Amino acid sequence: MSQPFIHLSEVRKTFKSKKEEFLAVSEVTFDVEVGELVSIVGPSGCGKTTVLKILAGIHSYEGGTVRVGNEDNTFNPSKDIGMVFQQPLLLKWRKILDNVMLPAEILGLPRKEARERALYLLNMVGLHGFEDKYPNELSGGMQQRTSIARALVHDPKLILMDEPFGALDALTREKMNLELLRIWEESKKTILFVTHGIQEAVFLGSRVIVLTSGPARMADNLLIDLPYPRTLDMKTHEEFGKFTRHIYKHMGM
Amino acid sequence: MSKRLGQYGLIVLIHLGVVLIWHVAIKVSEIPDYVMPTPGATLMALGEDYGWWHNTVITGMEVYGGYALAIVVGVTMALIFNWFKPVETMLMPLMVSLNMIPKVALGPLFIVWFSYGVGSNILISFSICLLPILLTMERGLKEVDPDLIDLVRTLNASRWQIFIKIQLPGALPYLFSGMKVATVLAVAGAIVGEFIASEEGLGYLMLQVQVTMDTAAMFMGVLLITLIGVLLYFFVLLLEYFVVGKTNAVN
Repeated sequence: MSQPFIHLSEVRKTFKSKKEEFLAVSEVTFDVEVGELVSIVGPSGCGKTTVLKILAGIHSYEGGTVRVGNEDNTFNPSKDIGMVFQQPLLLKWRKILDNVMLPAEILGLPRKEARERALYLLNMVGLHGFEDKYPNELSGGMQQRTSIARALVHDPKLILMDEPFGALDALTREKMNLELLRIWEESKKTILFVTHGIQEAVFLGSRVIVLTSGPARMADNLLIDLPYPRTLDMKTHEEFGKFTRHIYKHMGM
Repeated sequence: MSKRLGQYGLIVLIHLGVVLIWHVAIKVSEIPDYVMPTPGATLMALGEDYGWWHNTVITGMEVYGGYALAIVVGVTMALIFNWFKPVETMLMPLMVSLNMIPKVALGPLFIVWFSYGVGSNILISFSICLLPILLTMERGLKEVDPDLIDLVRTLNASRWQIFIKIQLPGALPYLFSGMKVATVLAVAGAIVGEFIASEEGLGYLMLQVQVTMDTAAMFMGVLLITLIGVLLYFFVLLLEYFVVGKTNAVN
């Protein structure tokens, strides 16, 4: 039995302002295996973004253990993280292809191979033919696809997504969910997906980590044993409803 | 392309229209020449031996010199402020206060300190357009989404990479908006300097011909000063087009 790829145990984080301490995360414990797509769901302000940023190495933490990588999958924090935020955060003076290339440039990867990979990824996210466009010429959904391609360009082992489809309209969001599942299956990446959409969390994740408000206490670590590839009509299945109802209850609804 | 051409054609047409209205209005209302000359009379003033070329070159040097100096100093200061936060904390409030001084009022002081001449006028022009350039550039360098910084930090991006790939290109549109405001100020600064004390330049010339009530020559002076400003503005627009392009304008 090898160690899990990601291991968080009793993680705790406080933010200090001049007057008071604010407990953002406490007692967060979960494991993620290689190649899993795990959703983290919770109400706004429950610290789920903080958990993600601790994993990304952006935030420090005060208590507990955080470990990423194991014997079979070594993890280099400066090369193996791809991030997607709610906003696409594209550089508007760069063409789509050059936006996707940004992480490769920063890491100093060979330009020719990075370019080929960027083109391949743009094709994979359905943006073939848009390489030479500028971000403002693309719709919100297409911009977010670009940022997903950018998160993959340096071939990281872990993709962290922070409400990536939160700013999109409902229909585009559903489409992007299906796209993400396809991209995940094609790229075989480990993905952590933060959202406040319960339906979205269940639909995407092989597991759902449920956090409750106040400090991000773990309420549940729910195995979603719906088969992949998942289809939209699964959302109407009895079992899907059981999972979402279960999570709603944790939120006190 | 033909649409572009049409736009330029329209701009020229509107300018010519104003000149025509100017001409007709004076002819109809019979305003005397010494109050308001016709376009023709204004143009004829160029025939007088006022050293037009020399004075235009002098004023041009003052305007462009002061403007260029303000860009170099303003951008450098903005970079220093951005790189060394304590310096910014100390000096930025001071800069905002200094911005409140009507720089025109400093003119007589400059002349006491540096005597009169092209050099002093460059300094007046410089001091009046420094702050808009400094303030917009300083603001532009700050306009980076913190999430984007987080994103590149996970890739161990160096400070230099963040600056050259994200911060600087993002700040340029702001800088250009400050530079456009400063074009008008640079011209005003140089002319104020010439008004206060000088022995050459278009501002000086205007005061000379005022004595003889040569209104046409004064008009010509204003036109040439405007032309110096317009040329500068066009140059900035052109530079913006090539450096920033159409896609990176400030929202």
